[in-house]
Amino acid sequence: MQNLKIASMVVGMSLASSGFAATEVEWWHAMGGANGEKINEIAKGFNDSQDAYVVKPVFKGNYTETMTSAIAAFRAKQQPAIVQVFEVGTASMMAAKGAIYPVHQLMRESGQPFDESAYLSAVTGYYTSSEGKMLSMPFNSSTPVLYYNKDLFEKAGITQAPKTWQEVETTAKKLQSSGVSCGFTTAWQSWVQLENMSARHNVPFATLDNGFGGLKTELAFNGDLQVAHVKKMGEWQQNGIFSYSGRTNDGAAKFYSQECAMFTESSAGYAGIKRNATFDFGVTELPYWEGKVKQPSNTIIGGASLWVLQGHSKEEYKGVASFLTYLSRASVQADWHQFSGYLPITTAAYDLTKGQGFYAANPGTETAVVQMTTGTPTANTKGLRLGNFVQIRGVIDEALESVWSGDVDAQTALNTAVKRGNALLRKFEKAND
Amino acid sequence: MTVTFPQKGLPWLLLLPQLLVTAVFFLWPAEQALEQAFYQEDAFGLSREFVGLDNFLDLFTDPLYYQSMLTTLVFSFSVAIFGMSIALLLAVMADRVIRGKLTYQTLLIWPYAVAPALAGVLWWILFDPSMGPIALWLESMGLDWDHYLNGGQAMILVVIAATWKQISYNFLFFLAGLQAVPRSLIEAAAIDGAGPFKRFWTIVFPLLSPTTFFLLVINLVYAFFDTFGVIDATTKGGPGQSTNILVYKVFEDGFVGLDLGSSAAQSVVLMAIVGVMTVIQFRFIERKVQYS
Repeated sequence: MQNLKIASMVVGMSLASSGFAATEVEWWHAMGGANGEKINEIAKGFNDSQDAYVVKPVFKGNYTETMTSAIAAFRAKQQPAIVQVFEVGTASMMAAKGAIYPVHQLMRESGQPFDESAYLSAVTGYYTSSEGKMLSMPFNSSTPVLYYNKDLFEKAGITQAPKTWQEVETTAKKLQSSGVSCGFTTAWQSWVQLENMSARHNVPFATLDNGFGGLKTELAFNGDLQVAHVKKMGEWQQNGIFSYSGRTNDGAAKFYSQECAMFTESSAGYAGIKRNATFDFGVTELPYWEGKVKQPSNTIIGGASLWVLQGHSKEEYKGVASFLTYLSRASVQADWHQFSGYLPITTAAYDLTKGQGFYAANPGTETAVVQMTTGTPTANTKGLRLGNFVQIRGVIDEALESVWSGDVDAQTALNTAVKRGNALLRKFEKAND
Repeated sequence: MTVTFPQKGLPWLLLLPQLLVTAVFFLWPAEQALEQAFYQEDAFGLSREFVGLDNFLDLFTDPLYYQSMLTTLVFSFSVAIFGMSIALLLAVMADRVIRGKLTYQTLLIWPYAVAPALAGVLWWILFDPSMGPIALWLESMGLDWDHYLNGGQAMILVVIAATWKQISYNFLFFLAGLQAVPRSLIEAAAIDGAGPFKRFWTIVFPLLSPTTFFLLVINLVYAFFDTFGVIDATTKGGPGQSTNILVYKVFEDGFVGLDLGSSAAQSVVLMAIVGVMTVIQFRFIERKVQYS
């Protein structure tokens, strides 16, 4: 241990000496490929804009790996100042009071100007405390939308994209009679078909404001609406209107190959679809059930946010705060939004993108922003704050698969999932009380 | 015959490197897991509570845990049996090749260099229901392949992916074993009129038994412990619970779910299972092994 400390000091000193007097801020992230390069560019932009601080981005693998390594580093007292954590890890981060430095507090204590109302509430809502204070800085957020194959629609004589699930059914039938074998497929079934389904209809997914109200929350996704939806999808799986294609976003293959004409997937999937689709495609809002809700609510975000970890010097935190301010600049945000397909986090960035004519030039890219900003988020649409959420999603995946395969009916499957999920919530409550 | 050292210290000194490696890389982590299994702890290690046997009780009152055990047994024995029989077949054939022997053998060993997760992805793509060449071929033969929904097919897929890689390893050992079989014995049997099959089953196979036994232990340990990469890259335990093997659950709950107490308890259970299995193998199966 002692040797390790000395070694890390030596490494630290050699790194520090290369940066002259600048204070170094380490930023662990999970963005590979093109997005990872963009992150380096953003950091470089910040580093070039001033000479007091140097932000050093480090790629740590996928979301899970990044979070796990940050936690392991924290236990060994080697944690970075900033770490990118996916949305399902929010409850775990929040509960770790001694480990995190809430963003609103950091900004205040570092004397950075910080106006929480400048951010899109539908995005920041996921990451705020029950008192409405921002705990982490949203970075890459997305929300599910419906992609559809315009060529196949035209062939089947369909002129309009479906708005409701009823229309999805009739559209799929028309497509099938024109020779398409599958109506639609979905990515991230729990996120799209249960979590966002519930939010869209302003129905709770869990009690106590979807978990925002405390650790005593219980799952509630076995209500009438969700059961009816899952039951219907189970029927659709049998007659080909729906075709299941795995727990992640493997369904993209069925959409690209034109086997399925519609695809519910994250708005951040836009770039990939644009690159791979050999046909004309459109983007429309996530469908809702007509008759179940008058005006569909905003959907919930997915993606990740930046958390600041405890255990660094005041000087470093000043650097973190000024970096977060830089990151929130309209120009930086608009650039990241347009490049990656993730949502803009400030109203200014949205207006700037619109003003630059980006949405007009790239039809479909605005859909998610419009869908996110319909109305004011309610307790049911602000987000989800559930402990052990990763495992709960696993439980939900299993339940849904048992319905798609026709083994179990929707009500029983969701009841079982709620029961198993609640056991996981109680466990989290016990560990974090 | 036993060799005795004049000093007491020297044997220990000679054993020290191996003992040190065992202690640092095996005993210490095992002890840590054992300790962790009795605690419930938040992910960051900020608070820790002794919960006694709670983590174990949670497991053993969960019917799904027993199901996962059964799945693990089916998976592990399938991987070991298929992996070994195919490797033996290939080794016997490679042993008879005269021209291009080295190339042939090298090619057969290659898959061992592929990481388990990659092997998983490779087979996953080959079997993809909408674009995988094998799946499309099966479909043209009238078999509907959909491992996203069909648990049995998902199991077959992960068994293939986990086995494929292991075949190379087994092949290497079987080939070495075959080459150590004295030619004179085989020739003598041939002169006495024994056909190739008879020669194999009565002479070669019994002489190979130490290798076979060693591989059985190694393969089962591999299937029990090393295969979470294959599962993670492909089915993630699904559909339903159909490919949720014990070691994947350890990985999922520990590294993804950050539930360290339960994950530690599960690995203790896993260690116990493999320990018991190894004892059984050494006590009952090893008796049949003929060391020359």
